[in-house]
Amino acid sequence: MLDFITIGFLATLVGAAWRLATPLIFTSIGEVISERAGVLNIGLEGTMLMGAFCGFAATFASGSILLGLGSGIVAGMAFGLIFAFFTITVKANQIVVGAAINLLGMGLTAFLFRTYYVSTGRGVDIAPPIAIPYLSDIPFLGEALFRQNMIVYSTILVTLLAAVLLYRTSFGLTLRAVGDHPKAVDVAGRSVAAYRYGAVLIGTGLAGLGGAFLTLGHSNQFVEGITSGRGFIALAVVVFARWSPTGAFFVSLMFGLFYALQLQLQAQPMLNIPYQVFQALPYVMTVIALVMVGGKNASPRKLGIAYDGR
Amino acid sequence: MTDDKPMNSPYLLQMKEIYKSFGPVTVSAGVTLEVKPGEIHALLGENGAGKSVLMSILCGILKPDSGSIHYKGAPLNIGSPREAIRHGIGMVHQHFMLVPNLTVAENYVLGQGTPLRLINDMKAVHQRITALSDRYGLDVRPDAVIEDLSVGEQQRVEILKVLFHGTDLLILDEPTAVLTPQETDRLLDLMRDLVADGKTVIFISHKLDEVMRVSDQISVMRDFKVVHTTAVTDTNPRELARLMVGRDVLMELPRGSANPGQVVLSVDGLSCRNDLGLPALKGVSFSVKAGEIVGIAGVSGNGQTELSLAISGLLPIDAGKVSLEGKDITGLSPAEINQLSFAHVPEDRHKMGVLLPFTLAENAILHRYNQSPFAKKGLLQRGVTASFARDLIKRFRVKTPDEEEFLANLSGGNQQKLVVARELARDPNFILVSQLTRGIDIGAIEFILQEMLKQRDAGRAILLISTELEELFTVCDRILVMFHGEILGEVPADRSRLEEVGLMMAGQRSAPAAAMEPALT
Repeated sequence: MLDFITIGFLATLVGAAWRLATPLIFTSIGEVISERAGVLNIGLEGTMLMGAFCGFAATFASGSILLGLGSGIVAGMAFGLIFAFFTITVKANQIVVGAAINLLGMGLTAFLFRTYYVSTGRGVDIAPPIAIPYLSDIPFLGEALFRQNMIVYSTILVTLLAAVLLYRTSFGLTLRAVGDHPKAVDVAGRSVAAYRYGAVLIGTGLAGLGGAFLTLGHSNQFVEGITSGRGFIALAVVVFARWSPTGAFFVSLMFGLFYALQLQLQAQPMLNIPYQVFQALPYVMTVIALVMVGGKNASPRKLGIAYDGR
Repeated sequence: MTDDKPMNSPYLLQMKEIYKSFGPVTVSAGVTLEVKPGEIHALLGENGAGKSVLMSILCGILKPDSGSIHYKGAPLNIGSPREAIRHGIGMVHQHFMLVPNLTVAENYVLGQGTPLRLINDMKAVHQRITALSDRYGLDVRPDAVIEDLSVGEQQRVEILKVLFHGTDLLILDEPTAVLTPQETDRLLDLMRDLVADGKTVIFISHKLDEVMRVSDQISVMRDFKVVHTTAVTDTNPRELARLMVGRDVLMELPRGSANPGQVVLSVDGLSCRNDLGLPALKGVSFSVKAGEIVGIAGVSGNGQTELSLAISGLLPIDAGKVSLEGKDITGLSPAEINQLSFAHVPEDRHKMGVLLPFTLAENAILHRYNQSPFAKKGLLQRGVTASFARDLIKRFRVKTPDEEEFLANLSGGNQQKLVVARELARDPNFILVSQLTRGIDIGAIEFILQEMLKQRDAGRAILLISTELEELFTVCDRILVMFHGEILGEVPADRSRLEEVGLMMAGQRSAPAAAMEPALT
């Protein structure tokens, strides 16, 4: 019954896992940076949708994928600026503002899409896979890992950059301090608000990029609610990864594997299990992961708390 | 710049006519402070006299409404912490400004340098820290993570941080509040070393003896103003105390000798664990008799908190027995203990003693809100409650507009007076008191301690848990010292035994058992 598990099946699975993990990697690493500075942005779903839509729209109009990705980042940051203004400057509750951002993202993208694009029915050309010379010829591994598009490859770069930023620069050191003991940063003469704005903008920019990947590197179309909960799963990834960028990369890959498995298993006619069971897999795993990790553990001490000078 | 002092001004620092208020609340009412280079200048005053606010203004953390600051003969651009750091003004805050999950070295470089430059010279930083630490004998390891360090160690890390930043003017805000007597001695020596090295120190404190021991100049603050500045050689503790409080303070409370009666509370082999599941009390035994005050001394975190929680039924007991007036109360719930002749002034009044957003009247009946006469048929009797609260306010001289004021609007001392008043109103035979005087001013401390002595003379048994030795020696009859969950020894509350208590607090059994014998009899 399990004889469909062949080398070919596994190779496709691993390749698909990385591809499907890509939006989660961008978004969760962005959220790691934001949360390390003490800002809990649950508005990722709406931010990703905005990135997905604006990325699609820009590429649709210009034909340039790079321009689309850039637009996705800018759109995410625009939402980030709204979020940052209300949570950092106005000191509103981060959960409430995050929820509002989600509603805004869902509503706005659905409205704009129906108004301008739904009738065209055309998609865009997605980023083409690039076979890396020699490496892509390695049996099994080459097929799985080295025939991806440039956006997928860039997740490694983004992970490394985020790790260097957080752990190897003065900016990163201060940013981590802002999430744990903002007053110490204030006394050291740095602006807590400026660091939090910076962290939120980096975080939402990456969420926008994660969204744009969905329309430019994965499916070639925008569909309402195309993120299907990935913004919320990214929040779970951050907890599971214990607020580490490299951790977020690997945990995202694990979730990517569940997505891939779900798709592959659905396609197996000999498995007599309703496909909905497989579809639920990533979400069930999120719940299980969160229950297992649970507790406060490594969470930044001032996560979700506005800084009022005390 | 016109009123600028010439460069040969004798003062390192001149703060003039500093005013600051938060809305209607004044926190600095025209303060003038002048500090000469190379001196230890004590800023003495009660809690809430405006000392910390003034120093926060100097460090640029708070911006004053008006006033000027001259430093090294030039006006200081106020309201910028970076400016203060750049000029070599550094402060060791009462609540440490250390990020718990970073290392010592990371805390030191925090906020320094260009943000996006890679940090690659940590080795040099480590070397500098070690060199400085050796020079002043501070014993600070640069790679230690802050959250693993004890409070005393964290304070040394804070002081070294200020030195690391190249500070000429060090401000220490209540630095001895968290230290053992031995650690305090070490700190006072360090202050002398720093001055010998050409630094200037501002020492904020409300402890007269320490100020007298170490300072060159003393400025006394009261009601958000500097009321007097004097050389230490021209003054005495009594005068300083009067200046602080605005009237004479009894340094030694008058008291007769104790007249202990029957055992009221007896604790036998008590063991329990703390909230992390680690052993906190390891077979503690002692008793408190009617008409005596027994003190528990110790550096915080040695099991005192767990002791008070276990006695009052708030922490499960693993082994041992607690009896009150001959009745076994081990394992009773707090509600059941509440019904006994038992009063409890808890260690953290904000967490366990009062509800800050509630009014005085409501707080006055916290234990008895569902009992007659405060409640009838499930309805609160507001009239009875109000007159009860007014009575407490009057008897304990709680400063408040009326009993409908929210407790949050009262000073710490007045909040504590209400808690003590409420507990004593239950007419208890046993009174458990933890950290009675924490965070309250001298006037209130004195009043409350006198009240404790009155209770003792009325035949009540009192257990007083405190980290303040001064308080223990002022009112107790016997002092037990706790260390690592055990009672290390007992000494009579005689000031000549202070050193001995200090050594025991640091974990040294002071003397062989034979030498202890006379003390115990």
